[in-house]
Amino acid sequence: MDNMVKDGVDQDTVEAVREVGGAYKHGWATDIEMEYAPKGLSTDIVRLISEKNEEPEWMLEWRLAAYDRWLKLVEPDWAMVDYPKIDFQDQYYYARPKSMEVKPKSLDEVDPKLLETYKKLGIPLKEQALLAGVEAPEGERKVAVDAVFDSVSVGTTFKDELLKAGVIFCSISEAIKDYPELVQKYLGTVVPVSDNYYATLNSAVFSDGSFVYIPPNTRCPMELSTYFRINAENTGQFERTLIIADKGSYVSYLEGCTAPQRDIAQLHAAVVELVLLDDAEIKYSTVQNWYPGDENGKGGIYNFVTKRADCRGDRSKVMWTQVETGSAVTWKYPSCILRGDDSQGEFYSIAIANNMQQADTGTKMVHLGKRTKSRIVSKGISAGKAQNTYRGLVSMHPKAKESRNYTQCDSLLIGDKCGAHTVPYIEVKNNSSRVEHEATTSKVDDDQLFYCRSRGMDEEEAVALVVNGFCKDVLQALPMEFAMEAQALVAISLEGSVG
Amino acid sequence: MSAVAETLSVTDERLAGLTLPAGGWSDAARKDAFSRLQSMGLPNRRDEYWKFTRPDTLTQALPVPAAPFVTDEVPLFDAIDRLKIVFVDGVFDAEASDDLSLEGIQIDRLAAADADIHWARDVYGVLEANGQKPVARSLAALNTAFAVDGVLIHVTGAVIKPINMIYLHKSETSDVMLHHVIKVDAGASLTVLETGPAAARLNNVMEVDIADGAAFHHARAQGRDHERRAATHMFARLGAESTFKSFTLTANGVMTRNECIIELTGDNANATVGGACVGDGDFHHDDTVFITHDAVNCESRQVFKKVLRNGATGVFQGKILVKAGAQKTDGYQISQSLLLDGDSQFLAKPELEIYADDVICSHGSTTGAIDETALFYLQSRGVPKAVATDLLTLSFLTEAVEEIEDETLRAEINTRMASWLERRGG
Repeated sequence: MDNMVKDGVDQDTVEAVREVGGAYKHGWATDIEMEYAPKGLSTDIVRLISEKNEEPEWMLEWRLAAYDRWLKLVEPDWAMVDYPKIDFQDQYYYARPKSMEVKPKSLDEVDPKLLETYKKLGIPLKEQALLAGVEAPEGERKVAVDAVFDSVSVGTTFKDELLKAGVIFCSISEAIKDYPELVQKYLGTVVPVSDNYYATLNSAVFSDGSFVYIPPNTRCPMELSTYFRINAENTGQFERTLIIADKGSYVSYLEGCTAPQRDIAQLHAAVVELVLLDDAEIKYSTVQNWYPGDENGKGGIYNFVTKRADCRGDRSKVMWTQVETGSAVTWKYPSCILRGDDSQGEFYSIAIANNMQQADTGTKMVHLGKRTKSRIVSKGISAGKAQNTYRGLVSMHPKAKESRNYTQCDSLLIGDKCGAHTVPYIEVKNNSSRVEHEATTSKVDDDQLFYCRSRGMDEEEAVALVVNGFCKDVLQALPMEFAMEAQALVAISLEGSVG
Repeated sequence: MSAVAETLSVTDERLAGLTLPAGGWSDAARKDAFSRLQSMGLPNRRDEYWKFTRPDTLTQALPVPAAPFVTDEVPLFDAIDRLKIVFVDGVFDAEASDDLSLEGIQIDRLAAADADIHWARDVYGVLEANGQKPVARSLAALNTAFAVDGVLIHVTGAVIKPINMIYLHKSETSDVMLHHVIKVDAGASLTVLETGPAAARLNNVMEVDIADGAAFHHARAQGRDHERRAATHMFARLGAESTFKSFTLTANGVMTRNECIIELTGDNANATVGGACVGDGDFHHDDTVFITHDAVNCESRQVFKKVLRNGATGVFQGKILVKAGAQKTDGYQISQSLLLDGDSQFLAKPELEIYADDVICSHGSTTGAIDETALFYLQSRGVPKAVATDLLTLSFLTEAVEEIEDETLRAEINTRMASWLERRGG
């Protein structure tokens, strides 16, 4: 492995990771006094969450409508994943650090244990300093961070500087209070309340998340980033992200997720909505590293996420890039509704499943506008006893004339106990569009491995190198900061999969 | 109505007018199939496996009347020396058929095979039952339970000529279930041809058991009949070193669903399924293929091409399942369609499900209009646009026909395909 240390991740962390030899890097829990709502789900809990967030009446009604709807829905079972039935009454739907009970007036009032958490999370040191109230030196590259800890956002950095550019970046609970007209106009318009079982659940009980608004003709001056962490036991995390890119604007958004090692599986059901108006562009990158459970499949996160981008404006462009290495069960299909003429959607994905992990992930490209383009590059890697499924939809509506799609999904198998599956749906309803789909499944090439071994690499290093090569197309689509981390993560995720 | 209630009522209505035939040796298999059918229920439009094709006209109690199609065409394969077995609206026509005795082969009719212990007992309904997992194919179970006639072929040596089942459609309301069983002994080989629409509504099942080192070739032409509806199932089990090749040429037909379910159970076996389809008008054609690799070093190929115009719909659902331990599998699948106008559509679901690591599996699927550059080139050489389009269309379809091994058969199919393409809907 190379010695590259990601900007902000200190050498100690890297050493620590090496020492544990592939065990889960984020498996610690911070001992912070928490305030919980009672276990279980009811209208009272929904009301309580709304009340705790000091929400207006319309928000509460929205939640209650979602809850009513959720009671009528049936949990979907079509994905190629197998897990014990979830008892939705055996979860905490609201947990927040006690120290947040009275919101800190400035970030340096933040519980030092939380700051410790950031450090462990690998949030760049500069932001940590900022969280502690220290000004960053001039001219340095900046990344604004919103950290969501269990159910609540605990701090957003660079807020003021972003506001100068007109960019709103805050937690969604703040946005509901401070920018109700924006939230009301867009929330639930991309992922409707009744969209699917988990999205509906999220609509009822989401407690926090991030909100971004980029005004017209604005290039967001820095990359925005959110770190999500589930810390408390038996807590479901239901975050909601809403990003609105107004006409001619651009933003790059990074998302990272971790959770402590727990024996009991934990639920994560997030909803991400992206709205793109004319000529807007959003680049959304995720490194998902939730706790995957142990080698025997004990514990881990159930990651049931609904992510969708609505390219409403003409010539708008969205790019989803995801590196999925964590979670015991992943159920996630970041999608693009290409409504505006000449709009574009891209999806780049690496999904690694090792040990007992199960991933069912992919994308939907719905072409509605004329001359819309989409591109899907999916790399699935299965090792151990894991099951990895690509599931996708490319749909060309009759009116989406002269549209174009290219899909490539490749699967790599490491070992003979794992599985790799591809389930694409292709629906073409006009003849001026072109749709191409290619998929391959193969094992790690023996010749390549032999070559690496003959150059003195051990088997694990060789596999990591070959796999990184296999994923190159996707890694290249990630912003610099994430690409490094993702590359290292690919190697770590596969440790123990050979030999 | 809930999905479950809908399935129940559709199944009940369909079964209301049917009685299990007394079949002697096949009685047990029919009863099993009947209980299978009752527990699975007939498909409805909410079934994921019927996402792209509405099953209602295939499952409803009575068939939608279909006028027989009148054509001046010479019957297909007339130039080939073959043994003809003719069914008119599902009824065996002894006069039009050839003598069923032929060297190296034993041919019986399902309706006439009344021996208490018949060899077909080991296959009848057995491969169909195997093929019900992981996806239910209840129309095939319906067939096993209620089919009145069909052909039972046991091949013991080299057969000198192909067997041709000819299905004529004369009655507007015929509703036919035919069930064929074919057993090819070790080292033997057989070619089966199927031609014609058979009925207003056809439910056809063919179970093919191919022993070690045996070979089975199949070519089928479903005809240009506009109003016919058909649901066909082919279940094949392949032993070691055996070969299975099937090709289907379809044109038009208001509703066609062809399912092919193949299980490679012996090492080094080889299966190819191909199809070319010309849809010209308000037609719906669905190819659904499920290939299971359960042995080492087997090869499978799926090659499907469709040309769709004037509002035709083409569907392809293809799956390669590689079971754990089926190492050295080579699985290939391609589905392509050419949309000649804006009203036609292509819906596809090409799937891979793989549990072994030392495999090479790939699938590809493309959809689009005719290649403008190629069209322009031909036009620049003085070929009129319509002719150029037909030429390119034909060359597109021919790639699938190439999968037929036998040269004479291939030539027959190619010629017929070109003529169908030229005649368009008429």
